[in-house]
Amino acid sequence: MRRADWDLVIANLHNEPLSDGSLIACLHCDLLQRLPDLAPGGSARCTRCDKELWRRREDSLNRTLALSLAAAVLYVIANSVPMLGLSAVGRQAFTTVLGGAEHLWGNGRETVAGLVLLTALVAPALQIGFMLAIVVAARRKRPPRWVGTLLRHHPTTCTWSMIEVMLLGVLVALVKIADYATVIPGVALFVLGVLVFLLAGIQASFDPREVWNRVEWAESARRAGAAEKIAEATS
Amino acid sequence: MNPAGVTAMQLGLQSCEACGLLSRPAPGEEEGRCPRCDETLAFRKPGSLQRTWAYVIAAAICYVPANLLPVLTTTTAAGADSDTILQGVVLLWSPTGWPLSLIVLIASIMIPSAKILALGYLLITVQRGSAQNHEQRIRLYRMVKFIGRWSMVDVFVDTFTAALVQLQPLMSVEPASGLFFFAAVVVLTMLAVESFDPRLIWDSASAREVRHA
Repeated sequence: MRRADWDLVIANLHNEPLSDGSLIACLHCDLLQRLPDLAPGGSARCTRCDKELWRRREDSLNRTLALSLAAAVLYVIANSVPMLGLSAVGRQAFTTVLGGAEHLWGNGRETVAGLVLLTALVAPALQIGFMLAIVVAARRKRPPRWVGTLLRHHPTTCTWSMIEVMLLGVLVALVKIADYATVIPGVALFVLGVLVFLLAGIQASFDPREVWNRVEWAESARRAGAAEKIAEATS
Repeated sequence: MNPAGVTAMQLGLQSCEACGLLSRPAPGEEEGRCPRCDETLAFRKPGSLQRTWAYVIAAAICYVPANLLPVLTTTTAAGADSDTILQGVVLLWSPTGWPLSLIVLIASIMIPSAKILALGYLLITVQRGSAQNHEQRIRLYRMVKFIGRWSMVDVFVDTFTAALVQLQPLMSVEPASGLFFFAAVVVLTMLAVESFDPRLIWDSASAREVRHA
């Protein structure tokens, strides 16, 4: 294929960006509006449906990196030490998050065990891991292409990560069991409590728009890839 | 045209749900691809109403066994005893334990049913092209989206109760068949919220504004 043909294929693959980058549409009501230039800490809301369009965070990358690092450490601790113990009639038993899912699995509730595993272990790990990778890579002069891919999927990991819900569930279970046995709150319980606040802190300090403004565009990456192929074919 | 009251769709523009970029699809194309983040784009989520209805109906069906079947079976020397979600709430009710009982009642019984009703209401008003209460309806959508995950609390309560209370032969607790249906209600309603496109709520308002312009 000639170079002009490749350009045509790529042009049809991707939408054409607008020349004015400050024009956006609200994702909740589709109203077209111009995003003002905000001072750090300022926020802009949709004039029709009041959705927050953008909140500019102060020192976003550094703060998010610090919080994500702390969250990663706490996540590892929370899942390697006992979370909840029980002592009755001279016997003691301890369990972790993984232990809870394992027990369900062993009792023929594989689907529910899978869901617990996803929402309490896998999704939080991806949420923290993605965020760490994004902020580390976004600090480079030219952030690599995969930063955009991770950032695109990060909201999904947040939707299914339910550490705070699990913590409430554990507390209710603890009170329930306290009626007929002595419960021993494990170290992991307190670590999880701190982790919930750290995850909220990450949400409050991260500014995805700042990273989106720096990533390499999918369109230009594909154009470069096509140029390479042409060079290969013609050499 | 007055740019203050125009939607992206009316100008033939698509905004990316992942990165927020506004872009123009190739002439005559309904679907496109974001030039910045490679996400597939459409003016509105494709098949949003059908998919949301499917999830809501499936959730409503699962809601019945979720509440009628037991979620936990307690085995003691005196025999086995099974509790449904509602019985669990009653058992938890005591002079000191009532706040937790209330949390379970709200999270496990009231939120899932309210979610199914709220989504049904949003779907019906959108399909009828209702041009009223846009602000209230978008607020309802955001509330359903925000609060939905908390229904999972009962799944975790039962998981960890069962994992911990293993004092054979005195007492042991095992998960029962209702737990699967309850978890299904939570997941299906979350998927329903994700597949619903809130911009549909406002389309009736946009059409009207343009006609008046």
